[in-house]
Amino acid sequence: MSTPFYVSPQQAMADRAEYARKGIARGRSLVVLQYTDGIVFVGENPSRALHKFSEIYDRIGFAAAGKYNEYENLRIGGVRYADLRGYTYDRDDVTARGLANVYAQTLGTIFSSSGEKPYEVELVVAEVGETPEQDQMYRLPHDGSIVDEHGSVAVGGNAEQISSYLDQRHRDGMSLAEALQLAVQALSRDTNGSQREIPAERLEVAVLDRTRPQKRKFKRITGGQLSRLLERGAAGAAESGTGSDAAGSDEE
Amino acid sequence: MEANTRSTGRLPAAFLTPGSSSFMDFLAEHQPELLPGNRQLPPVQGVVEAPHGTTIVAVTFPGGVVLAGDRRATMGNVIAQRDIEKVFPADEYSAVGIAGTAGLAVEMVKLFQLELEHFEKVEGTQLSLEGKANRLSTMIRSNLGMAMQGLAVVPLFAGYDVDRGKGRIFSYDVTGGRSEEQSYAATGSGSVFARGAMKKLFRDDLTEAEATTLVVQALYDAADDDSATGGPDVARRIYPIVTVITEDGFRRLTDDEGAEIARSILERRLEHPDGPRAALL
Repeated sequence: MSTPFYVSPQQAMADRAEYARKGIARGRSLVVLQYTDGIVFVGENPSRALHKFSEIYDRIGFAAAGKYNEYENLRIGGVRYADLRGYTYDRDDVTARGLANVYAQTLGTIFSSSGEKPYEVELVVAEVGETPEQDQMYRLPHDGSIVDEHGSVAVGGNAEQISSYLDQRHRDGMSLAEALQLAVQALSRDTNGSQREIPAERLEVAVLDRTRPQKRKFKRITGGQLSRLLERGAAGAAESGTGSDAAGSDEE
Repeated sequence: MEANTRSTGRLPAAFLTPGSSSFMDFLAEHQPELLPGNRQLPPVQGVVEAPHGTTIVAVTFPGGVVLAGDRRATMGNVIAQRDIEKVFPADEYSAVGIAGTAGLAVEMVKLFQLELEHFEKVEGTQLSLEGKANRLSTMIRSNLGMAMQGLAVVPLFAGYDVDRGKGRIFSYDVTGGRSEEQSYAATGSGSVFARGAMKKLFRDDLTEAEATTLVVQALYDAADDDSATGGPDVARRIYPIVTVITEDGFRRLTDDEGAEIARSILERRLEHPDGPRAALL
């Protein structure tokens, strides 16, 4: 019998991380941005039915890049976690921080257990607060680490490039149309810096809107409303070419 | 399997196991002791004393449905609460009103709301109105053991059927038996009187405003003849809860709107204590 090759723990982890990262990079990136009335999720998604973003609980939304069956599994786990917690205690006791911790533990355990293959997913858990200062966004890479983000966050294959683009341009107090415009611009830049066009029907957009009267703040933006917002954002961008603050309220 | 939702550990395997879209099924598998139907009652002599809610009424009108309830909870001959809420939104397009043991009923509503919301989040689409009504049936049936001991919950379920484009009403009995009601329905101890009032006042072409007035008239008549049903309490400014469900979704009338309807009815009743008269022929 031959003895198995020795692989150092560092090397084993590096291999697993590379495997997961490659899997995530095959999917398209998506971005999550704060705007004045909440948090907007934007991604390129040709499917109408298989969502990258979804509602977890009243004020909490979920976004994921990577392997669909794996993040769908985590999403449903999160919904179950949130609903059970809200049922046992109170709706206010379900928080994005709590959920992010559970996801981090779950991803971390899977990543470091040698019996399981690491999940090829990168998640964002976001919670909209009463004010923009109370908004929370957590990014959860494949290895179960957890990053507290502000302003904007990108996950997926091209995430680093996109987030540096967003960091430079995102500012507090953007309107929904402006934030959407910025997100689409960021997503449509190719690795070599050239722009391509993403048609509205390939975009998946959702918001956590703190101004919604219902207790459930998550809402998908589709069809006519999406095209109107995109037009308004484009018009605003053209106007603000001279550096003026693009005005434009965006009540639905 | 331990329930470690209380700690911040890894999600238990049950959470990540593909399965039903039903929250109740998930609970039954993962934490069955949390399901109200699984509760064991100790043997009791006689009837358990607990606050009871009474009259709930509903009417349809072209374009939607109105569901309303009085505010009184009684325990024997004592008024246990004057401002109890017995009508709740179940989701965006439906509402449930409860008569019977208040504590159990409120818990049932909470679980029912969660059941609908959970399905919607997991599946990305809403249950059909029929599906929602059936789900409620299952929940009442699971309470049968307690109902036999006097802790019955008898809800009235109303909603806007998005597929058919109209308001619909479902009534239940303690065994979970479900029947769809045409035009109007009532449940609870004052329901006999409320039903009589609605029978005389109902028309096919009611407007939303007329329908909301009609249900308050019916509740007034129920309170008039049933001691367990509370009428509008002008001194304390407690008025019936009236909710409307249309294509635009669920809406609860504001306190001011509710007060206005109740006050205008009261004013008329000062002249005609028995309320509006129907034609003899």
